[in-house]
Amino acid sequence: MDLQHLNVKVFVASPGPIDLEPFIGIFNNWIQRHLTDDLLIDVADYRHTVNGPGVVLIGHAANYSLDQTDGRLGLLYSHKAALMGSIADRLCETMRATLLACRRLEHENGLKFSGSEVQLTFNDRLLAPNTPKTLEALRPTLQEPLERLYGQAAYTLNRISGDPRERLTLSVKSVTPITVTTLLQNLAAERMPA
Amino acid sequence: MKVSNALWRDQVLNAMPPELAHEIDIFETELLLRKQGKLDEKLFAETRLRRGAYGQRYDNGQRWDGKETQQLAYPSGELTKGPNTLWDAPGMLRIKIPYGGLNARQLEVVAELAEEYSDGIAHVTTRQDFQLHFIHIDDTPTIMRRLAAVDITTREACGNSVRNVTACPYSGVCHTEAFDVTPYAQALMRFLLGHPDVQDFGRKFKIAFSGCRETGCGLVNMHDLGAIAVTRTENGGERRGFEVYVGGGLGSVPYQAKLLDAFVPVEELLPLTQAIARVFARLGEKKNRNRARIKFLVAQLGMDEFKRLVLAERAQLPPDPRWTAFLDDVSVLDEKPLRPVAALNGAPAPDGFEYWLTTNVYPQKQAGYVTVTVTLPLGDLTPPQLRGLADIARRFTYETVRATVEQNLVLRWISEADLPHLYGALYALGLHQAGAGTIADVTACPGTDTCKLGIASSRGLAGELTRQLAAQVETLDPAVRNLRLKVSGCFNSCGQHHVADLGFYGVSRHAGNYTVPHFQVMLGGQWTNNAGSYGLPIGAVPAKRIPEVVTRITNRYIQDRQPDESFQTFIQRIGKAEIKQLLDDLTPIPPHDLDPTLYTDWRDAREFTLGDRGEGECAGEIVSRIDFDLAAAEREVFEAQVLLDKGEIQAAGERAYAAMLQAAYALVKEQFYAAPNQPDQIIGEFRTRFYNTKLFWDDYAGGKFGHYLFHAHEHAREPYTVDTTRRRIEEAQLVVEAAHSCYRRLLKLKNA
Ligand code: SF4
Repeated sequence: MDLQHLNVKVFVASPGPIDLEPFIGIFNNWIQRHLTDDLLIDVADYRHTVNGPGVVLIGHAANYSLDQTDGRLGLLYSHKAALMGSIADRLCETMRATLLACRRLEHENGLKFSGSEVQLTFNDRLLAPNTPKTLEALRPTLQEPLERLYGQAAYTLNRISGDPRERLTLSVKSVTPITVTTLLQNLAAERMPA
Repeated sequence: MKVSNALWRDQVLNAMPPELAHEIDIFETELLLRKQGKLDEKLFAETRLRRGAYGQRYDNGQRWDGKETQQLAYPSGELTKGPNTLWDAPGMLRIKIPYGGLNARQLEVVAELAEEYSDGIAHVTTRQDFQLHFIHIDDTPTIMRRLAAVDITTREACGNSVRNVTACPYSGVCHTEAFDVTPYAQALMRFLLGHPDVQDFGRKFKIAFSGCRETGCGLVNMHDLGAIAVTRTENGGERRGFEVYVGGGLGSVPYQAKLLDAFVPVEELLPLTQAIARVFARLGEKKNRNRARIKFLVAQLGMDEFKRLVLAERAQLPPDPRWTAFLDDVSVLDEKPLRPVAALNGAPAPDGFEYWLTTNVYPQKQAGYVTVTVTLPLGDLTPPQLRGLADIARRFTYETVRATVEQNLVLRWISEADLPHLYGALYALGLHQAGAGTIADVTACPGTDTCKLGIASSRGLAGELTRQLAAQVETLDPAVRNLRLKVSGCFNSCGQHHVADLGFYGVSRHAGNYTVPHFQVMLGGQWTNNAGSYGLPIGAVPAKRIPEVVTRITNRYIQDRQPDESFQTFIQRIGKAEIKQLLDDLTPIPPHDLDPTLYTDWRDAREFTLGDRGEGECAGEIVSRIDFDLAAAEREVFEAQVLLDKGEIQAAGERAYAAMLQAAYALVKEQFYAAPNQPDQIIGEFRTRFYNTKLFWDDYAGGKFGHYLFHAHEHAREPYTVDTTRRRIEEAQLVVEAAHSCYRRLLKLKNA
């Protein structure tokens, strides 16, 4: 399975309602300062939609969005361009980009993210239909990158919806609480030469 | 570009109507040719526009970030998809929804496409289309295929073509209609789609249908061509027909359409439209796009002369069975209810239900059934909402959904007893917003969010107005509750501000060294009566102060209106000068240091600039029919090469011959519009008009290329070998080149 177009969502842990308006400025600032490796293009504001994409930073290869799908606010990183390398590398790269953006938002805005749950969406219905069979086929492939991400911590992996019309979206939950910084450290540790 | 694109073609091949599938294959080839530099950028731009693939803001590779203009270094480098339009830059895809009619599966496919290719939003436009933004051009053929598989096309959604055919969303269920216009709108749309007579316009052409004159949700008066359903009694029976209007349009200078004919029988609707199209194609302005809409032609000729030309054209049209074939069964689109008739039984209803019932529910002429408006904020929907609506459409109706020109959706044939459950289902999706058709239901074009021509943020302003008004609409004085607000990002009027009670369009003003976003305030337009009259401007106010403008004007209306006085009459009575005075203190701009907030636009953190405006593609490029025909001939040569590479020798040879014939036919049609299209006749006409006259002759090669064509024609049915095919392809390329040269000579002669 040539897995591409991976989306990763990391949820906000800060309590209470969060005003998304400041993120229009924050994301514009990322464009001004070329803060990511990718070409950043524009900011789109969809706060008026209920449980919608919120505020979106549009990039060429990926979008960053303060997404509210299912009423749960989180940073959604949607990779659009084709990724290179092994599937494990692609997943790790996508997760690293997401977590870096989360950490940046934590520093710039004080928003807190939780590392204890990560949602993975395969944004291509044809390559990865939302069926139990696809998940079972993917499970061994996902094992290595998820172990890299969670280190020694135990985690669970489940489909979040059985609706075949939806994209395959997996919820990865660690059994014990874990921070975004720890997840980033875990990924970096694995990248160190032996 | 999506990795799975290559797989989708086979996946949906059998589900696509063959002609749409073929069209999309052609577009994909054109895309490839453009990437290889074999198709001119202007020609490709008009080609993609006619397939609904539109440019988007910043596609020239520049964006003002609030401090400086940044260059957007797209990986595709210099490659363009049109003049000053970079290949990799995100674009918009417009999806035509004739008369706004949708079924559940179509909603689901739009949801899939929005999440897989766009930024997770599907947008309903002011012309009953859907739009997806931030699309990569390489993905467009696949998106088109997936749409075609559920019988949706993007063809002629943009460019100088017949755009979406719109109609009242209540057609068939409305109390005031003469009859259901749906089958006529559908028949006209199908007839004109890709029709040769609508390929040579200097500008776009918009058509609307309305079921009645007075309420007139079809907005006929602001269309290039509008049809209002009327009936007559003839020989004791009812005869159906249309009042046909032409030459309306908004834009910077709005025109009211004029009556062409008070009663066009239904069997005459298609041929009359065809005749109008021919007159427009022949006499409409082609060079100056600012005067190329049909409204200018009608104004220039006068209605009497225009009508005379149309009737003369009609008289010589060759008969076409499609003109009346659809009349055999106009009930084919008739809808029926899924659920039995049952009245609301007074059972306890959820919070908010009662008010929603007063604004979002329209009792149909079929007793016991209602049409429900689903209010979409700024016309936007998320994929889960689209899927949820598909479920709702299946649960409560036979999938009878329509998009409206007020950027909402309606669900028709809801049994009254189901309303509380329906409300609950909409509530779960966050789509239970009341206030449809009220002052809180603000319409807006894309504006500076995505449109290259936008001056100010129409969506930003509309979003803010909606936010403020939705919170108070329930308690507002009934006199202002049903006023309509519409916002455009510039004078081009895509937000239809001319037909609003309070309309706004984006402008700018200088203050010191800064530019400040403003909106021009328009008052007194009329949405009813088929866009019965247009509002008038009273002055520009800084964008951030527009909510205050709305408050002051509506308060004044509540305070000073006479009993039963409409807003339009009120505005006329008290006069523009007085209203202007009411707003005078809102126009001065304080220095930047004192109040920098005025120097930014709604929902935009950047200091305002006009520097991001680009060249619009609304008008498309002026590309003549022969340009397209010759490009099609070139594409045939290319396809012949592809077939040869695949080892399909016979097909490749035949395709090369077809390319030559196509080039010859393109030239023949330039001189003889109605030329027959049979190969022998084309060759005969070509020989007489271009070969014998030496018009086709090359300065050096003489008549050689003509010989290639004649030879290929004589041997067209013989089996091809690899060698003869290769030779035929090379000859075809030369014949197409020679046709281009010949066309240039013709132009020179014409201009001499
Ligand atoms: S009115 Fe102007 S800003 Fe709005 S979509 Fe039309 S051209 Fe663009």
